[in-house]
Amino acid sequence: MYRHPEEPTLRTPSSLALRVTILGGLAVILFCVVFFRLWYLQVLSGDKYLAQANDNRTRTTRVTAPRGEIVDRNGKVLVGNRTALALQIDPAKLPANDARKRAELAKVGDLIHMSLKRVRITMRDSLADIPGGPVTLRRDVGHDVVFYIEENRDAFPGVAVNQVFVRRYPDGNLAAHLLGYVREVTPAELKDPSFRGTVAGDEVGQEGLEYEYDRFLRGIPGEEKIQVDSVGQPKGQLATVEPKPGDTLRLSLSAKLQQAGESALAARGLPGAFVTMNVENGEILGMGSAPTFDPSLYARPVLSQKIVNGLFNENAGAPALNRAIAGLYPTGSTFKPITSVAALETGLVKPDEIINDTGSFDVGDVKRQNAGGGAYGPISMQYALQVSSDVFYYILGDRLFRHKPSTELQAWAHSLGIGRDTGIDLPGEQRGLLPTPAWRNKLYKEGNTDRPWSEGDNVSLAVGQGDLQASPLQLAVAYATIANGGTVVTPHLGMEIEDSAGRIVQEMNPGPERHIKINPAYRQVIMDGLHDAAQSPGGTSYGIFGGFPIPVAGKTGTAERYGHLDQSWYAVMAPYPDPKIVTIVTFEDGGFGADTAAPAALEILSKYYDKQAKQVAASGPVE
Amino acid sequence: MATARTLTRTPASTRVRAEPFTTEPSLAERLGLPYMDPILIVSALALVGFSVFTLAQATQGDIPGSPLFYVERQAVYGILGLIAMLALTRIDYSRFRELRVGLYTFLCASISLVILFGFSARGSRRAFELPFFSFQPSELGKLLLALALAGFVIDGARRGSAVQRTVRYLILGLAPAALVFLQPDLGTALVYGATTLAVMFVAGVRWTHFAAIGAGLVVIISLVLVVAPMVGTPVLKGYQEQRLTAFLHPSDDPADASYQQRQATIAIGSGQKTGRGDRATQTRLDFVPERHTDFIFSVIGERYGFMGAALVLSLYALLLWRALRIVTLSKNLYGTLVAGGITFALLFQVFVNVGMNLGIMPITGIPLPLMSYGGSSVLATFLAIGILESIHMQSRLSQKGAWAY
Repeated sequence: MYRHPEEPTLRTPSSLALRVTILGGLAVILFCVVFFRLWYLQVLSGDKYLAQANDNRTRTTRVTAPRGEIVDRNGKVLVGNRTALALQIDPAKLPANDARKRAELAKVGDLIHMSLKRVRITMRDSLADIPGGPVTLRRDVGHDVVFYIEENRDAFPGVAVNQVFVRRYPDGNLAAHLLGYVREVTPAELKDPSFRGTVAGDEVGQEGLEYEYDRFLRGIPGEEKIQVDSVGQPKGQLATVEPKPGDTLRLSLSAKLQQAGESALAARGLPGAFVTMNVENGEILGMGSAPTFDPSLYARPVLSQKIVNGLFNENAGAPALNRAIAGLYPTGSTFKPITSVAALETGLVKPDEIINDTGSFDVGDVKRQNAGGGAYGPISMQYALQVSSDVFYYILGDRLFRHKPSTELQAWAHSLGIGRDTGIDLPGEQRGLLPTPAWRNKLYKEGNTDRPWSEGDNVSLAVGQGDLQASPLQLAVAYATIANGGTVVTPHLGMEIEDSAGRIVQEMNPGPERHIKINPAYRQVIMDGLHDAAQSPGGTSYGIFGGFPIPVAGKTGTAERYGHLDQSWYAVMAPYPDPKIVTIVTFEDGGFGADTAAPAALEILSKYYDKQAKQVAASGPVE
Repeated sequence: MATARTLTRTPASTRVRAEPFTTEPSLAERLGLPYMDPILIVSALALVGFSVFTLAQATQGDIPGSPLFYVERQAVYGILGLIAMLALTRIDYSRFRELRVGLYTFLCASISLVILFGFSARGSRRAFELPFFSFQPSELGKLLLALALAGFVIDGARRGSAVQRTVRYLILGLAPAALVFLQPDLGTALVYGATTLAVMFVAGVRWTHFAAIGAGLVVIISLVLVVAPMVGTPVLKGYQEQRLTAFLHPSDDPADASYQQRQATIAIGSGQKTGRGDRATQTRLDFVPERHTDFIFSVIGERYGFMGAALVLSLYALLLWRALRIVTLSKNLYGTLVAGGITFALLFQVFVNVGMNLGIMPITGIPLPLMSYGGSSVLATFLAIGILESIHMQSRLSQKGAWAY
């Protein structure tokens, strides 16, 4: 056997076999541990870890659904969308170092002309609403800013540019009061069940039709699942649930008529309102208020207090106020048809009864006269309406006061829709005031007024004066009821909901509020009187509507309003004798109804029928 | 067969000359292949082959423009390793016993030099930057320590009392461990410690001494982890301590060391029985760090599932079984000690690395031998196998009582 020269004679330790066995045993134990652990992880808990791995690599982002459009009855877009780029900040990704964070925020602020203080306030407010962010600094930033940020990505950690939808108003101010606006959902709304499905940062309708039909317009946001690596960098798309765009809201509004109405209001330069409504079903064809405003103000990223103040400033005419539903005025002589219905139906006057207009009527020790000061002599109701005899209606008011019960006038006016909600699909409707004995007597008992209800109050109400406060829309509903013979319609703007493919999802067809019984003969007298007033020589608005080729029935109104010049009114139904539409126009401080409101109403009807009125010599009494 | 049995009993010199066909030895004969353990070599080659295969699938996008960066290099390291192994097999390992002082000096010097002049990566100096290769002396050191320490054990076996000998072995083994620890490279220091203990264990150091060493370890660990940070002189770097203890308290914080381990565990678990293949996400989207080196087992677990991971473990079991067998086969005590040290070092590395991937061992930065990408590690492991084969061959030859040449 070969022996190495220096081979030591050392013998192997006697325990070697045991020790190698121990070493081998240790190896077996360690391998068993590893195998069991591997079996446990991969075979027994594999599903759990696979789920965790999938969870790890996917990020789900919400894809905002474009909001539904609002179109007029002919499909013309009144509110659309445009895509805009929003500058957002993810607070978690900002530098941890305070100085660097401040520097970055200042730099971002500079780009969008916001002071560091402003940026911080915005972030604080937004984070109070949506803890953890993201904070939208500006909804609509220019492309130059976006390019700058994208090119200098590294300098702006935590700053993201996202595509958002911003409301677009192709016709500027058109229907501004009706459309309303969208803003981010508020914390209070998030708790409201009607905003279910929205999350902080979503935009919801806050006013007008946007609010009323929000659940249709809102749409359903989609989801984008992307695969990301460990630092969150996107590495491809996994699955996408397309957002479902909001449904289109088709209004009964006619853009053409709306335009005409708003122009007619604007041309007078006075605060006022108009309503044009289908008398059969309550569809609103046009509704406007002056002064108006630019609805895109609300689409701005920051709604400053200054803008808000401007919109509600009384001295500037409170542009945000929709006077058609929330402007409350005494209606003047436009109330007379309502008094007529009440007196006729109560049997206090016959349709052909002749009453002597002596030019004045004594109520207690107050002598009340006709507006023009004249006396029409013995006249019927038809003629009284034609010339708008006040004395005739003072007498009716007096008869209604003396009748038991003495509140028939109020009861009929209430049935016709005065002093109560019309049920229109707009928020912010004002109820106004239909004065009753109970109301005034209560005030008197409480010491809030100088006298209890008296005959004079009822007489004033009979000609639309006194404490009466009604909105133009209430008057439109009352006239529509007379025109259609007793159906109190529910005024509405929304007509149809259509999905993005144009299929009708829902038709808005609010049934009438109620029916009242009006004797057709009585209705005929009133219609005839109003037709004469508008289109027979001697009628109060003959000078305006006398030459209009479509037969109409119209009533002027000139109401004394405390602290203001006279309120000018005109109510017109067309075509006579079976009207399809009613138009109400009113102007604050407008003077005689025939001077301001009636010409504006004519402009609206001319546009609607596409017919011009011929000039006629004005011969009627002024009112 | 009967003839062969009688032949083995005859003197070797007679036998070789008596065989008519061996006058001109074949190439296999020259290489010594008949005297080697083929299973050991095959399992090592299978492991490095699997490593190359895994790298080819998992690291394509790691270096932009060169999808085969790691693959080509790992394959070259494997081939070089094989050649070096075959060359080393031809040397009688017993010569290294004579060279023990030289080897030990080289070991300590190279580690010291690398601390002073080495190439710094992530705050620790572990390697020399060579033209084609960054050489990490501490990897080769794992083998050198076993060779030198076994030599010292044999050399001083009769000097001093049993306690003195134990203390001497400990000092000799722990000196290079301490140097490596200063690089800092905690993982390799632990491997040195394990090698030292394994050589001592096989050398027959008394059980009572091991009990004392165990008690000492407990004291040192508690000093290092608890007392030292409290008195303000931490021995471990912050990240080292965090890694060592992370597996005890998993968390979700990506900045936390335990995050990596958690991700590795998820990766392996998500592989389930048959693996996710190219649909793997954990190890493809960077959730698991260092996927080509320390965490390559996670890649295997996720991509090839239990089948793949169990195959790899089985190959290691095969390799270690053959290595343990060589411990018992050695013709002399030196070979036994060297084989014992190498075998236990391999077992320790495999267990700690796989355990780290499976979330049951701390993160120590120990590569998986033959699987983890890295030239120094692959070459050093092949050289260690070369030594094992040399021990095997010497044993076979001594049984035959003849040299192959």
